[in-house]
Amino acid sequence: MSEKQLMRGSQVIAEAAIRAGCRFYAGYPITPQNEMTEYMANAMAELSDGTFIQAESEIAAINMVLGASTAGVRSMTSSSSPGLSLKQEGISFLAASELPAVIVNTMRGGPGLGNIAPSQGDYFQATRGGGHGDYRSIVLAPASGQEQADLTRKAFEYADKYRTPVLILVDGMMGQMMEPVIFPDPIDALDLPPKPWILDGAKGRPSRIIKSLILNTREMEDHNWKLARKYENIAREITTAESYLTEDANMVVIAYGTAARIAKGAIKRVREMGLKVGLFRPITLYPFPSKELLEMSRVVKHFLVFEMNTGQMIEDVRLSLEGRSTIHFYGRPGGIISTPDEISKEISSIYYRQHLEEE
Amino acid sequence: MKQIFQRPKYLKDAVFHYCPGCGHSIIHRLVAEVIEELDIAEKTIGVPPAGCAVLAYDYFDLDMCEAPHGRGAAVATGVKRALPDRIVFSYQGDGDIAAIGTAETIHAANRGENITIIFVNNSCYGMTGGQMAPTTILGQNSSTTPGGRDSLRDGTPIDLSEMLAITKGSVYIERTSVNSPKNIRKTKKAIKKAFKIQMAGLGFSLIEVLSPCPTNWKLSPVDACKWIDETIVKTYPMKVIKDEAGNID
Repeated sequence: MSEKQLMRGSQVIAEAAIRAGCRFYAGYPITPQNEMTEYMANAMAELSDGTFIQAESEIAAINMVLGASTAGVRSMTSSSSPGLSLKQEGISFLAASELPAVIVNTMRGGPGLGNIAPSQGDYFQATRGGGHGDYRSIVLAPASGQEQADLTRKAFEYADKYRTPVLILVDGMMGQMMEPVIFPDPIDALDLPPKPWILDGAKGRPSRIIKSLILNTREMEDHNWKLARKYENIAREITTAESYLTEDANMVVIAYGTAARIAKGAIKRVREMGLKVGLFRPITLYPFPSKELLEMSRVVKHFLVFEMNTGQMIEDVRLSLEGRSTIHFYGRPGGIISTPDEISKEISSIYYRQHLEEE
Repeated sequence: MKQIFQRPKYLKDAVFHYCPGCGHSIIHRLVAEVIEELDIAEKTIGVPPAGCAVLAYDYFDLDMCEAPHGRGAAVATGVKRALPDRIVFSYQGDGDIAAIGTAETIHAANRGENITIIFVNNSCYGMTGGQMAPTTILGQNSSTTPGGRDSLRDGTPIDLSEMLAITKGSVYIERTSVNSPKNIRKTKKAIKKAFKIQMAGLGFSLIEVLSPCPTNWKLSPVDACKWIDETIVKTYPMKVIKDEAGNID
């Protein structure tokens, strides 16, 4: 473990990636995440086995990552919303070819060029695959500096273990906020388990092919089902969520990332007023913690989904709860950052309207 | 009996799917022969394109990594930077490299990436049915240029190799053809030199091969070969476009 350090979120993810054995990074300048790219440029320059490339485009960056990944190197790229739209081609190919990679999206207001303020507008894009074809990416949503460090390590582990792209979904707030962080010890890239599928020249073994073209429809169907089964395994093995003050709660706020941090502050306030409100925070957005929510709906009849968008995760909440509880929504899109006070007013307004204080 | 002709060691025992008279099969053979002669197969990674040669990995007995359409140079860059002591080549058609992949190609050349590109120019999109490519010559018929390519409507053929030669990072660029035994020999020599340049760590090399496409040109294989000499070379002359390596033997 490292000493406690005060660091900006973007740099935390970069440092954690280096410590996770990431030795290839390609990226393209875009606000609000340039600190991550700059940190990687400097960190890779310090390493004898590290590569940093400032790519000519987001598309080139993700395809360079694809190339480095086929060679077996832990590889990463990062961008912000408009850049992620461009990377989708590569992410689809990574998923199809079963190649590991870590992709960080520091979300900003959109659609289009939008703005550079913190947003959660890319939930659909991240959790529904994003690119073309029948695939998903693992999506991790840290809500603190420490969690950015820890989940970045996990992102590389999951990417290698399941041979699939992993997205880390943050926003400008998470990226810019400075918090104390203790990093896990660095991994020596040479100590990582060997990957028996990489392309490094067919020396003393048959030649290998990494590809996504499967013209035979039966074989393509088999491949699609293989990926689907993989996603089922992933759901069984890595689904994570945090429950905060939910044990006695008769109303639970569901939020992730920055929104969850704000909601936590709001819940502390309404708890002081005696309202029995908790927080459910999905940490993996894909796989979504549906079972945990369904279980909670046996006692909790009112959920408030709070997102920094017009309502995206709420669809996963609806699918999870299967109509068993009432779902309320509060959203602030466009880069607006709600205050805990604003959210606590929303919570108490629903709470009293539903007469939950009488329960 | 002495065997004087056989399948190159690094081509699999597979039947090419290419059309009769297509240049790809010859170019595949030349690349495989060069790799055998340079004894680099065990450290070579190839990057085939989307296009007619998308199935190149079914023919080359080498480690092969598919690239999305046009991204060959970016994928090859990733592989080469991750494994700098390996030999990395991409194999791309004119639609792949000179239209959708222009940016990746120019910037790989400009960075002086130590990779080799085999650029097969048949002046059309072959696999999708003969649409206009950026390399389609003026007046040439294609399925999307009724009456032939018209510069006012369709723009003019792009000189990608000449553009790449302008970049400071490119070392060796030559345009050849496989339309005659003589040109096939020249093409092999050029491909060999390009790989040697990479082995010497000198930087970016690209061989543009003018390749007959009888199917989409609607010519017999023999006439397609003639058409390269009579017509295509007026737009795309066969020549060494850039050579900063000199004699590297």
